[in-house]
Amino acid sequence: MAHAATHDQHDDHHHGAPKGFFARWVMSTNHKDIGTLYLVLSLIAFFIGGSFAMVIRAELFKPGLQLVQPYFFNEMTTLHALVMIFGAVMPAFVGLGNWMIPLMIGAPDMALPRMNNLSFWLLPFAFVLLLSTLFLPGGGPAGGWTLYPPLSLQGQSLAYSVFAIHLMGISSIMGAINIIATILNLRAPGMDLLKMPVFVWTWLITAFLLIAVMPVLAGAVTMLLTDKYFGTSFFNAAGGGDPVLYQHIFWFFGHPEVYIMILPAFGLISEIIPTFARKPIFGYKAMVFAVASIAFLSFIVWAHHMFAVGLPLGADIFFMYATMLIAVPTGVKVFNWVSTMWGGSMSFETPMLWAVAFVILFTIGGFSGLMLALVPADFQYHDSYFVVAHFHYVLVTGAIFAIIAGVYYWLPKWTGRMYSEFWGKVHFWNSVVWVNVLFFPQHFLGLAGMPRRIPDYNVAFANFNMVSSIGGFLFGASQLIFLGVIVHCVFFSRKQALDRVWEGARGLEWTVPSPAPHHTFEVPPLIHDEDLAHGHAVD
Amino acid sequence: MTTGGIRIKAWAATACALLCGVAWANPKPGQLNMPRGVTEWSERPYLLNNVALGVCVVIGVLVFGAMAIAMVRFRKSRGAVAEKWTHNTTLEIVWTTIPVLILVVLAYLATGGLTTFADTTGSQMTVKVTGYQWKWRYDYVEYRGKAIDKVGFMSRLDAQSDETRQLGSGLDPHAVQVDGENTYLLNVDEPLVVPVGVKIRFVITAGDVIHSWWVPDLGWKIDAIPGIVNAAWATIKTPGVYRGQCAELCGQDHGFMPVVVKAVTRSEFEQWLAQRQARAAPAPAATAPAPAKQG
Repeated sequence: MAHAATHDQHDDHHHGAPKGFFARWVMSTNHKDIGTLYLVLSLIAFFIGGSFAMVIRAELFKPGLQLVQPYFFNEMTTLHALVMIFGAVMPAFVGLGNWMIPLMIGAPDMALPRMNNLSFWLLPFAFVLLLSTLFLPGGGPAGGWTLYPPLSLQGQSLAYSVFAIHLMGISSIMGAINIIATILNLRAPGMDLLKMPVFVWTWLITAFLLIAVMPVLAGAVTMLLTDKYFGTSFFNAAGGGDPVLYQHIFWFFGHPEVYIMILPAFGLISEIIPTFARKPIFGYKAMVFAVASIAFLSFIVWAHHMFAVGLPLGADIFFMYATMLIAVPTGVKVFNWVSTMWGGSMSFETPMLWAVAFVILFTIGGFSGLMLALVPADFQYHDSYFVVAHFHYVLVTGAIFAIIAGVYYWLPKWTGRMYSEFWGKVHFWNSVVWVNVLFFPQHFLGLAGMPRRIPDYNVAFANFNMVSSIGGFLFGASQLIFLGVIVHCVFFSRKQALDRVWEGARGLEWTVPSPAPHHTFEVPPLIHDEDLAHGHAVD
Repeated sequence: MTTGGIRIKAWAATACALLCGVAWANPKPGQLNMPRGVTEWSERPYLLNNVALGVCVVIGVLVFGAMAIAMVRFRKSRGAVAEKWTHNTTLEIVWTTIPVLILVVLAYLATGGLTTFADTTGSQMTVKVTGYQWKWRYDYVEYRGKAIDKVGFMSRLDAQSDETRQLGSGLDPHAVQVDGENTYLLNVDEPLVVPVGVKIRFVITAGDVIHSWWVPDLGWKIDAIPGIVNAAWATIKTPGVYRGQCAELCGQDHGFMPVVVKAVTRSEFEQWLAQRQARAAPAPAATAPAPAKQG
């Protein structure tokens, strides 16, 4: 049997994790430890980026400048976005993928473990580099996370930002290669592509998006670098260049990038809802196909971020139609989640609460997205607080809610102990109330004419800004509960978790012990279709 | 309590504007929706916004309603037993087709609005707008077929707002008022003066970084980009003062470069233009230069 054959060869791997702290965490090639590192980095970045948001909301609490200079405010908006996107959301998904993809497909580890180590350890250095600019003469990047020239070329920290982005990009590309190699090569026999968990599918598609667009971003920021320091004129109109060219290149990266941050979230929700509805997912193949369609469409809609730059009429029309099309596969996903719940036998443990909130609030973000796609209306919405409300609904109550749902869902598997259901629910209800107090009024501010990225405003905008700030402070404070729940679960909880933590949970990750041992599936598991979350998917 | 009184009045004004459907100028406290605007075109985005919002609300009620029913009916705690089905072709065809039909209708409406916006032909006046860090420059290029020379000026944040907005100024933004209307950060030293009832073509560019020229009551914004000249148009229907702001991050004082458009009747505008042209024209050599009196 294969069992006996592989047993001898892998004998030296059977010992647990390395004892020394340095050897275990810094030299790690274990997908679970590297996954943990990613998740811890992400949590730290979430609080750093969140503290920047607190500065922003504090300054916007009432009209007039009370706390910070406008330039520092711009540094805060820029770094809030960069830290949240590249430091919190993306590493969180890579961490979840690292931990769970091998467990979900019956693989012993990631396909390229040493590269996995390198792709993680580039990130802390990239972030130290990026954040160090705050303490340097001239300050940090303050031209917005999109780094539009010519404004970004005025910043003294451009070279630091560009190098940090290069490091993050290399890390992402290596992570993506690793995920593709793992999924395509290391699936246990019987784990057919169309029996894979939806989370694995969404990560496979996301990894291809990453490989396709991170080099484009690298090219764009390198051209910024040479424009500033080497006398080129890619984006300098006086030298025959075109500032709008940068925006096209950036958004050719940027739109797939926003889907990189939401597709794995779709996957997480598609695992969690069937578990707690105790009913298989509705329309498995349609879900996979919808994700693939959304990924394809993400490459042909980039200029909808640029409707105000003065595109030709034909381009406006093309990008408007293509953008509106995205509503169709996205709608299919939402309908399928609701249909999965319909006729189920639902219970509402903390992960399910977050997943349900995701479906509702992400859909609200989708609605404002549809409105933004309509070019004549976008001439009003563009660069206003309406846009700020839109992308925070899809990124905070979308991506981040899904990540939090995933953490609650798998935390018992990782630690072997149950988190506090009571405090998990306190965290949930506080977050879901305050996040709406925070972001919903921003729709009104945008419609009334408040531009984004301003440190001060007319008194007409005062009421809703104060409401939004109060929601912001309380939403921020609520995340400290999350920290408490995690620390309690990892270090103090005494309630043992079952191997199959949730009654309705299906899939290979629930067949290994809790906590998951340092090495799992060293011998490929025998797969019974009924054990799989989607083993009987026929449609 | 004066502030309380003002606030109540402002809410009342907003409510009246909402109910009567009157075009209101400038943001109001508690304003919930996009302004209808004051130009021939500005109703397009307003109506499109309302239609799209309505569509979203209806779909939202249906989807979230179904979810709510599911969450009440299919609870394990109420003894619900999970069913096994995972597929319903009819339903899937229906919920793919209906959204497509809705999108076609929205696309039709939006395309109409876009095509009329893109048509800047037949304008009777041209104004060149140039964005600078952190002020706007307005140059009058042409009016009713006649070239205009040397009528142009910078337009920057008014002194009172500028003093008040300094960090730690201790001044109250509520005190920045013009004719009882709060103009904090929405007022300039010299507004753009334009006539009503004339199709005005705006050509928009920038001198340093990218800015964006936005007056919500005109119904659009368009970026001011160095090296590129963008064009847009507006035919303002009612006289008034319409306020907006730069809408593209352009550096530290991005929040402090408002746009103010003062729309006056045609005769008033022609008078104003003549005065400006006279002031700009070189003084005749024989007579002593008489300082032009300006209002």
